[in-house]
Amino acid sequence: MDILFAGILLLARWDVLAALLIGSIGGVIIGAIPGVGAAVAIAILLPATFSLDPIVGLTVLLGIYGSSMYGGAIPAILINTPGTAVNALTTYDGYPMTQKRQAHRAVSLAYSASFFGGVFGIISLILLSPLLALVAPHFGSREIFLAALMGIILVVLAHRGQIFAAGMLASFGIFLNTIGLESIKYTKRFTFDMSWLSSGINLIVVVLGLFAISQALLLLTNKEDAPKIESIKGNLFSGLKELFQHKRVASIASTFGVLMGMIPGVGEFTAQFLSYTYAQKTSKKPELFGKGSPEGLISAEAANNAVPAAAMIPLLALGIPGEALTAMMLSVFYIHNVIPGPQLFQNQLDFVYALYIAMLLLNVIVLIFLLSSTKILIKVIEIPTRFLGIIILLLSFVGVYSLNNSITDCAIATFFGFFGMILKRLNLPVVPIILGMVLGNIMENKLRSAMAKVKSPLDFIDRPIAAILFTLIIVILILHIRTIIIEHRKRKPDPDHDLHDTQTR
Amino acid sequence: MSRVATLQQLFKRYKRPADLVFAVIFLLLSLALLSQIGEQTVWKSRTQLFSQPAFWPGVSLIAMTVFAFLHWVSSVLSPKINGRWEEVGFWLRSIEFVIWFMVYVALVPVLGYLPSSIIFATTLAYRMGYRGTRSIFLAIVTAFFIVLIFKSFLQVRVPGGMIYEILPSQLRSFMLTYF
Repeated sequence: MDILFAGILLLARWDVLAALLIGSIGGVIIGAIPGVGAAVAIAILLPATFSLDPIVGLTVLLGIYGSSMYGGAIPAILINTPGTAVNALTTYDGYPMTQKRQAHRAVSLAYSASFFGGVFGIISLILLSPLLALVAPHFGSREIFLAALMGIILVVLAHRGQIFAAGMLASFGIFLNTIGLESIKYTKRFTFDMSWLSSGINLIVVVLGLFAISQALLLLTNKEDAPKIESIKGNLFSGLKELFQHKRVASIASTFGVLMGMIPGVGEFTAQFLSYTYAQKTSKKPELFGKGSPEGLISAEAANNAVPAAAMIPLLALGIPGEALTAMMLSVFYIHNVIPGPQLFQNQLDFVYALYIAMLLLNVIVLIFLLSSTKILIKVIEIPTRFLGIIILLLSFVGVYSLNNSITDCAIATFFGFFGMILKRLNLPVVPIILGMVLGNIMENKLRSAMAKVKSPLDFIDRPIAAILFTLIIVILILHIRTIIIEHRKRKPDPDHDLHDTQTR
Repeated sequence: MSRVATLQQLFKRYKRPADLVFAVIFLLLSLALLSQIGEQTVWKSRTQLFSQPAFWPGVSLIAMTVFAFLHWVSSVLSPKINGRWEEVGFWLRSIEFVIWFMVYVALVPVLGYLPSSIIFATTLAYRMGYRGTRSIFLAIVTAFFIVLIFKSFLQVRVPGGMIYEILPSQLRSFMLTYF
């Protein structure tokens, strides 16, 4: 209880509260604009947060992370265009509701379900914390290495249809991380005797290029688009009441969100799919799914909003990010010398609790903001896309240049921007590169220190958690091969879809 | 958007035109980097394999090359999608904006952050077809507010422009601190 109060005290500062307000409201607005998502916003704001206190900087980023999906539901429902990639499933039932002149009901339900999912995720995280504090110290170098390896494998396997591409891009990320002067033997690696490569390739420069600049290049080169949206009328509180009638679906969907969020490399898509399928199978009106079912909408929105809190579990407890946004946040932790991992739970539990409370508060702020300001927010969605491209370039500049005032950094970021633009056009994933860089660094350090302590390779997995992780990796690989064989036998042609075209916003 | 029926389908990504062009370039890059491993990394004697400086670059480049090869093979074997060279044309067209951005980057140390941002935003807005007075005004306001938030308020490190040196001393220090 004392720790909880210490956590509240950490937050009770005007700058933290301002950060919470700016982060959460900013996140909703950014999420609502099709063409930019949380990843672009976090990438741009990362360098600006370095000069702030860790709790202030992280609160802004958490605010954006936790609230962007709320905003993303608005264009998904009103114009059939998801604001962020994870709102894609919301279009299935949200847009048909708009066509039936029930836009107001759909938006209101989406907010309520998002709120339910968000709060459910945080409460699960809080309840799981004592368990995490107990388990995390048992993670030594070899366990963290195996968990990071499992993260990389899952990220690659999650990109079905493009596994080879995801594999080569993840390996490319690991390679990028090795460039420069290494810190053990002080030898140069792939510097080609050029001084600007000696210090290595900065993760944030790559992130800004791959997420922000690439998006600007896409928007500027593509045709102009400025969606027109009709305003919605009525009281938005009614959704809370309707949600209560579907509390079973909302709870199960949030549980899927929490479970899938915890596993690195899996996340929102699986959670939404499992909960959507569950909701359809157990519904009294399954025929309505895809045609404007409130249950479908609730299952999609509750599941995706439960993920951010759960994704903080591997990040805080083990220092392992499961997707791009938590990977970016990891760099903020490092800059401020707050090293996530087992020690964080032992030494800085008040800090961890402060983050939880901040997440809880941000959900409340977002709900209040949305219930009162949706009509104004709709105007934001109407920003023409090419103008948005100009804004992103202006913001990307300040993001990259303020790191080291280096024109070289800007050139590297632009290169990765061009590269990322090509990847996005080709429907190839950007995320494996970032996770390759972050997890590659973790794997290199942990494997080196782990191998110094083991005599034979089998010693590596002689501890229970290491053995479990190793078994899991083997099971994941076997299951994957099994699925490929089954699919190959069926050889059923399936329809092309563009669900992932927006995944990296 | 078509409907997705199974979990496998949900995660499935489909090929787009010009996949083969990218596959070839990436495979060549992987091979070129892998061929340099002896030159660009060091193999230390009396050092464990996992502590070798060359270990992780080696592992990642081998994996990258193997995956790039498989990606290339799958690209070659897939049915051709029309529009390959139009797609490459799109990539090349985007280079114009790469140049715009790099000119902006080069201008900042000379003209200062605020003037460069306003010039960049207005000229690029004009180039993109926003030619009305209202649009240009909006571009100026956007650039101004971005500078105000990041430089004046958040105090991010962007140095003043060389041109600020010719300003009267009080105005110069004001501009150096806030814009």
